[in-house]
Amino acid sequence: MDADRIISMEAVDKYFGNFRALHDINLEVSRRERIVLCGPSGSGKSTLIRCINQIEHHDKGRIIFDGMEVGAHTKGLDKVRREIGMVFQSFNLFPHLTVLENCMLAPMKVRGIAKPAAAALAREHLEQVRIPEQADKYPGQLSGGQQQRVAIARALCMQPKVMLFDEPTSALDPEMVKEVLETMIGLAENDMTMLCVTHEMGFARSVAHRVIFMDQGEIVEEAPPEEFFAHPASERGRVFLGQILRQ
Amino acid sequence: MIRQFGPTEAWFIIAAVRWTLLLSAIAFIGGGIAGLGVALARTAPVAWLRLAATGYIQLFQGTPLLMQLFLVFFGSTMLGSGVDPLVAAAIALTLNAAAFLGEIWRGCIQAIPTGQWEAATALGLRHLARMRYVILPQAGKIAIAPTVGFLVLLVKSTSLASIIGFVELTRAGQIINNVTFRPFLVFGLVAIIYFVLCWPLSRLSQMLEQRFGTVRR
Repeated sequence: MDADRIISMEAVDKYFGNFRALHDINLEVSRRERIVLCGPSGSGKSTLIRCINQIEHHDKGRIIFDGMEVGAHTKGLDKVRREIGMVFQSFNLFPHLTVLENCMLAPMKVRGIAKPAAAALAREHLEQVRIPEQADKYPGQLSGGQQQRVAIARALCMQPKVMLFDEPTSALDPEMVKEVLETMIGLAENDMTMLCVTHEMGFARSVAHRVIFMDQGEIVEEAPPEEFFAHPASERGRVFLGQILRQ
Repeated sequence: MIRQFGPTEAWFIIAAVRWTLLLSAIAFIGGGIAGLGVALARTAPVAWLRLAATGYIQLFQGTPLLMQLFLVFFGSTMLGSGVDPLVAAAIALTLNAAAFLGEIWRGCIQAIPTGQWEAATALGLRHLARMRYVILPQAGKIAIAPTVGFLVLLVKSTSLASIIGFVELTRAGQIINNVTFRPFLVFGLVAIIYFVLCWPLSRLSQMLEQRFGTVRR
């Protein structure tokens, strides 16, 4: 089981000034596991996944990714980050580069892959997210859903061991949510290890092995989705689900 | 002996434009190169680099350009052989321009949304690669208009070099005025020449601002 562990967080605390964003987070993630994090806004779920690739640095506790402890003073954090794909709520594509160039940049500049090979890799993953025909456009010319799929392809081009999704569909118009979720389901079918912050409960039900419910910086409960949605163990979980499902 | 203000005198002034342009060019190019260094140091992840760059900017923004010219000119005289006024003026203006351009460009770098930094970081790009391939190409676009605007200021600042005896446009005007005693005519002509140099640049800056002024996401 130990060799199968890719992420482990032990007693992690994170503060923004005096605000305690994460408190005593303990989390183990196995390879090929798919986890959905949910909870009210400000509950720390985004901060949690941002600590995994150290976009945010935690203040206490240990975070170990694939056998390497990471923290604010770790040398060579970039070597850890390149193994972790991240998809953001606001896409964050590079507006001055074409779709293809967005996907080629990191493979070339981080992995040192030659340009033709990087282009081939980029086209392959654009194919995978089903927008190969947009390769030469700029991000500003695409719809939100298309941009987010490019962002997924860009992350996949680094052939990451884990994919982190930070509310990937929250900034999208309703009709575009589906195309992005379908792309993510496709990844799940390929056994990608995934941590997704999302309120898409249908997605959670169909792909997640585990749902983690957070509130006020703490993990309140974790359970397989069918169990969590049918019988949340905590009062806070019940309240949260009541609010989500009423929408 | 008073001379008439004729074509020879006018030509003497007009011909001095080349020295104003040369000094402006040296200070702009030198200041641009050094200014990029200042801007990068100002936004570096290393604390002492940021501190050094901040100190440099505050020193040069907090003292008059004229004092900087004096210090370089008389300072180099004190150190040994006297320095050519052009060299002294070029050094002082370059150091000064580096501080102002560095601060302008720092602002442009920091105007790039944090999401761009985060996305580049998450992909495993290190600081310099992040700057070079992601941040600077975007910051460069929004920097164009204020940079041209600063160039206008720089062209006019070169007139201060007249005080340490460098014969550029303003100094040429003073020389002619000393022999013709026609200050309104002479300095009117000098002012018009500055305007002819600077006005197109100002217009260009405004046009560029309309074109590139906003960050596109």
